[in-house]
Amino acid sequence: MNHDSYPEKLIREILRKSRTIAMVGASTNWNRPSYFAMKYLQTKGYHVIPVNPRSAGEEIMGVAVVASLKYISESIDIVDIFRNSEAAGPVSDEAIEVGAKVVWMQLGVRNDEAAARAEAAGLTVIMNRCPKIEYARLSGEIGWMGINTGVISSKRRLKI
Amino acid sequence: MSDDSAKDKDPDPKFGFETLAVHAGAAPDPVTGSRAIPIHQTTSFVFDDAEHAASLFNLQVFGNIYTRLTNPTVAVLEQRMAGLENGRGALCASSGHAAQLLVFHVLMEAGDHFVSAQQLYGGSLTQFSQSFKKMGWDSTTVDARDPENFRAALQPNTKAIFIENLANPGGIVIHMQAVADIAHEAGIPLIVDSTLATPFLNQPFEWGADIIVHSLTKFLGGHGNSLGGVLVDSGKFDWAQGGKFPTLTEPQPSYHGLRFYETFGDMAFSIAARVLSLRDLGPALSPQNAFYILTGIETLPLRMERQCANAFEVATFLEAHPKVEWVSYAGLKSSPYYDLGQKYLPKGAGAVLTFGVKGGFDAGVKIVENVDLFSHLANIGDTRSLILHPASTTHRQLSEEAATAAGAAPDVIRLSVGIETVDDLKRDLDQALAQV
Ligand SMILES: Cc1ncc(COP(=O)(O)O)c(C=O)c1O
Repeated sequence: MNHDSYPEKLIREILRKSRTIAMVGASTNWNRPSYFAMKYLQTKGYHVIPVNPRSAGEEIMGVAVVASLKYISESIDIVDIFRNSEAAGPVSDEAIEVGAKVVWMQLGVRNDEAAARAEAAGLTVIMNRCPKIEYARLSGEIGWMGINTGVISSKRRLKI
Repeated sequence: MSDDSAKDKDPDPKFGFETLAVHAGAAPDPVTGSRAIPIHQTTSFVFDDAEHAASLFNLQVFGNIYTRLTNPTVAVLEQRMAGLENGRGALCASSGHAAQLLVFHVLMEAGDHFVSAQQLYGGSLTQFSQSFKKMGWDSTTVDARDPENFRAALQPNTKAIFIENLANPGGIVIHMQAVADIAHEAGIPLIVDSTLATPFLNQPFEWGADIIVHSLTKFLGGHGNSLGGVLVDSGKFDWAQGGKFPTLTEPQPSYHGLRFYETFGDMAFSIAARVLSLRDLGPALSPQNAFYILTGIETLPLRMERQCANAFEVATFLEAHPKVEWVSYAGLKSSPYYDLGQKYLPKGAGAVLTFGVKGGFDAGVKIVENVDLFSHLANIGDTRSLILHPASTTHRQLSEEAATAAGAAPDVIRLSVGIETVDDLKRDLDQALAQV
């Protein structure tokens, strides 16, 4: 798959169908970008499970932090990776092992080899994007801040 | 159409300028289905609960709090402008001047410096040399006709370069790309006031600009009924280089130590301009004005085509007129800016031009008093044709030397050519010229 741009429809479908997001690299520090993303996705009804070995046992917004994807018993829709591009490789491989449906690497994070392995295993891979920003863009909410959504449509939309 | 050809289609086609001018930012209202843009004439917006309010104030979720910060009608205009300029984000302000203030408020600390072109709207020159100076923002103006002049004026504390791509009032086209290269070599952004060009004639981001400002009061609103301004950010400038822009990279005390560039990435500039500068300085655009301006923008391409065609014809008429000394319009082959005009403004050299009438200051005053169809007033970009004698009006705060450098010498008359029947415009000028 082409990873330089993604069709709007694909992103919409992923965000519509998914419920459980494992956020790898989630921070307990409230002014880190991952905290912002988790907070937003929670308010949109996603079940976000923070994953971070350094904070395992603590809680972020009422959810227990786990040390690794392996400790998550429920089925994972999206593994959202807040790590650098190199570290994203092993996390993506772990996502394959635990049977996640989508590997989603954050803005600025891209690992094409890991993506190829995940795609070969049947997962969908999105890179260099933020699910919060994509949700806000496709719902039009980000436009309230004057951000260019790029969405042109004569359809009335109540949700993404 | 067969399934196959549907499959081959680009799933997310790029829309043309005219389509964006009508649609960008404006979907039907999700609740009511309203197709025209609702005017959200309200100061404030209810919170769902205390937690929602807290998340909004912390910038963790998107939503409306208070119209000084965001308003859904104004937001349509912001998205429309971001779309037309192909930028990342935009922020409206109560006037073009207010938008300029917000841009510099993000970039500058007291004691910082920027370099601007000499060839600017007179009000901008005064804003920079007087009011900005009072706030500790220093600036140097240089003759923008030679881009190297910008390099020569750079200082260690220089934070930006500011130009008008098509300067008001002079019909002067600046070599924007060369100025952008100089700014980027110095690790600073190029700010372009594109008011006279509008995104229809020129898109500064394609030529290296980092931030665009517009007075929406002019061609964008287009009907002379509403003041407004906007800043648009390309989202491409690296604010972390060189540690020059602490507002964007350092922890912000009013948001509990949030770092804007780290948190909002390519949206950092426009969000900081909104939630720091607009929040504290306060020049928000009214939703009613945003609505009028949006209605104007829908016809921007049509108006600009007609106004450029009319301006070219009026310029050609004046050039051949025995009482006219000279005409400055980049669309004329005789203009020293013709080639730059072809490069940067291939669809037309705009609708503002200047000419010198034989007989200097006094003759200039006579012309503006003798026209019957052109309106004698201090504005540009209306559907109506407008006329002004800058030396006695917009540029009178400047010394004669500075006014001349800015393209407003004593004999200069400025026209903003409207959408009327062009023969009527020529006849009006002809009868006024006949009286001097
Ligand atoms: C090129 C240019 N920039 C900025 C401005 C200032 O805009 P406003 O009057 O909306 O504050 C003007 C107004 O004449 C202008 O012509």
